[in-house]
Amino acid sequence: MDDNTRHRSRLPIRARVATTVGGAAATVSRLAGKGDGSVIGGVISLRLAPDLLSLLAAGRRVVLVTGTNGKTTTTKLITAALAPLGGQIASNIYGANMEAGLTSALTRAPDARVAVLETDEKYIPAMVRATSPKVVVLLNLSRDQMDRAAEIWLLARRWREALAAAPDCRVVANADDPLVAWAAGSARQVTWVAAGQRWREDSWCCPNCGAHLQRDRYDGGAIGRAPGGRVLQSWPADMDQTDGQRQDWSTRPGGRPPEGQQREGDDWSCGECGQRRPPVSWMLYDNEVIDPKGRATRLDLALPGRANRSNAVIALAVADAFGVHTGQALRELRQVTSVAGRYTQVSRRGCDVRLLLAKNPAGWLEALDVIAPPPAPVLLSVNAQGPDGRDTSWLWDVDFRRLRGRNVLVGGERKLDLAVRLEADEVAFKLVDDIDEAIDAARAVAPNLEVLANYTAFQQYRVALGRVQ
Amino acid sequence: MSPTRPLRLTWVYPDLLSTYGDRGNALVLERRARLRGLPVEIVEVNSDQPVPRDGDIYLMGGGEDLPQTLATRRLLADGGLHEAAGRGAVVFAVCAGYQMLGTEFGGVDDAPVQGLGLLDIRSGRGEVRAVGEVVAEVDPRLNVGQLTGFENHQGVTRLGPNARPLARTTLGTGNGDGTEGAYQGRVLGTYLHGPALVRNPGLADLLLYWATGPLPPLPPQAEELANRLRAERLAAVAGSPAG
Repeated sequence: MDDNTRHRSRLPIRARVATTVGGAAATVSRLAGKGDGSVIGGVISLRLAPDLLSLLAAGRRVVLVTGTNGKTTTTKLITAALAPLGGQIASNIYGANMEAGLTSALTRAPDARVAVLETDEKYIPAMVRATSPKVVVLLNLSRDQMDRAAEIWLLARRWREALAAAPDCRVVANADDPLVAWAAGSARQVTWVAAGQRWREDSWCCPNCGAHLQRDRYDGGAIGRAPGGRVLQSWPADMDQTDGQRQDWSTRPGGRPPEGQQREGDDWSCGECGQRRPPVSWMLYDNEVIDPKGRATRLDLALPGRANRSNAVIALAVADAFGVHTGQALRELRQVTSVAGRYTQVSRRGCDVRLLLAKNPAGWLEALDVIAPPPAPVLLSVNAQGPDGRDTSWLWDVDFRRLRGRNVLVGGERKLDLAVRLEADEVAFKLVDDIDEAIDAARAVAPNLEVLANYTAFQQYRVALGRVQ
Repeated sequence: MSPTRPLRLTWVYPDLLSTYGDRGNALVLERRARLRGLPVEIVEVNSDQPVPRDGDIYLMGGGEDLPQTLATRRLLADGGLHEAAGRGAVVFAVCAGYQMLGTEFGGVDDAPVQGLGLLDIRSGRGEVRAVGEVVAEVDPRLNVGQLTGFENHQGVTRLGPNARPLARTTLGTGNGDGTEGAYQGRVLGTYLHGPALVRNPGLADLLLYWATGPLPPLPPQAEELANRLRAERLAAVAGSPAG
């Protein structure tokens, strides 16, 4: 009997029937061209056996990945980083991240002993209970689709309660995000990662008591540098206590970040209740990861941007928890070039079009850092359908002033909302109706076009460019 | 306001009260004042700083239950906003900020919290969350046209005799009794959340008028995009029933 058969045969008959029927429904849905079928398959299976997810997760080593931004990419990176373990890894690679999607991912990989599952922020408490995960990854928390998502302080409180009730689970969490750090602080075992936090508008105040936090000034690298171009920063005094690898960065010559490079100063603390940034064991430092032994290794990812380097360091910390060597894991991470169509470059009528997806202010902030420099024109596109959030207010949380003087094109179903926003930031732009009109405008000035779009706007462009299978 | 001094827009506690695009209100007021040749200064006051007494327009945004309660407690202790409002400064608040202006609102788990008492309104928590587009007919004596925006709250607000409703809803929930928002003197609040002034330039101009006196009209091209957006949004929900 192989592993697969053995695992399936351990399931109660009801669960086996449920996965078979659900799998058949998923296949029908796929053949009918209605997406990848993971949601419908999972929904049907769960109706037949409501405890199916627990049954499917039993005996597997599960990683749950959550946060406002970077869930899909980090899930893919962790899956890649765990490849050296050998064997199949179950994962919801198409981003179906609620109970049905997780169920479907496990159903489709019955013999996978490891599962890496992207999980919607709201579902973390229920999914922690259902899957008894080995690792929960908490990336970040910021305002997102307020018309349908829970408020983030409330979310952080629910995470905190769920993790306090899961003592066997290891949490890998971003220490630079105060809300995340507070939520993870209730867990018994935490690996703290200095993964950085570019967006701060949701964490000026202490998540524990509400007092204004004392934070290192971070200005995006424009000002505040010491002579010689280094950022003045405080440095964590000791290390992750739960890892048993307590170290002191300040007294380890090898633990100092490499000379001449910058990393945002992310220290934070509350003057009222004493809540503060926990000491970290992993750190992102510019293009390098600094591991718990203080060794710096270049990341050199194929994926662009600070946010993805941050996701990669988290993935390395998870791989380490599975006993995968950092060097081995990193080789796998460097092979990842595209995630669900994001970052892909498409050639259209002689114009190289690159698609970037960002769904909320924190995502747009990171994405605006990634876009190619002038003269490359930038197409910004916003819709407000259900999956995008029907409220475009968030556009006013994005600082567009850095686009002044660039060739900016504006599209999407809510282009007028974006236009009024850009006008207020004194950014000149041209309205376009579709991707081809944008390409025509782009070709007059450059051989390439950078596209930054929110969810359904991004999907519409992928369809228009023939990138949807 | 003396003609030499810039118009001072004071944004109260953006660290606690800025949920979703609240900055837009400051940016719209700034732009519409500058286009008329009025110099503007935006002052952001965090919750660990005293509220300056000398602002011309005070702005308050939205927030979750706990930040709303904390912000109220600090503003009561600080006294700066009350002093400014007492000498006739303009106060404009959205969503959680609007509730805070009243005598009482529902805090964490709907426990009643004492408000700032600058508006004769009283708020609590309703049965269902009101999420969606709002259209409302503004009190004709304010002369600002229809109100259009987005609401996202679970509050129910009742007006006392000293406050007047800002508008009557034709779409959406607002205060929950067919009215939306409230004003009393130069203190004005609305359940429209976030950048409420973006689609309501008339309301922005009312606040500027209260603060500075009669305003020259803007050149039409400066208003074109905002008016197109406003018309597009009103057309998109035309025919939808009142909530």
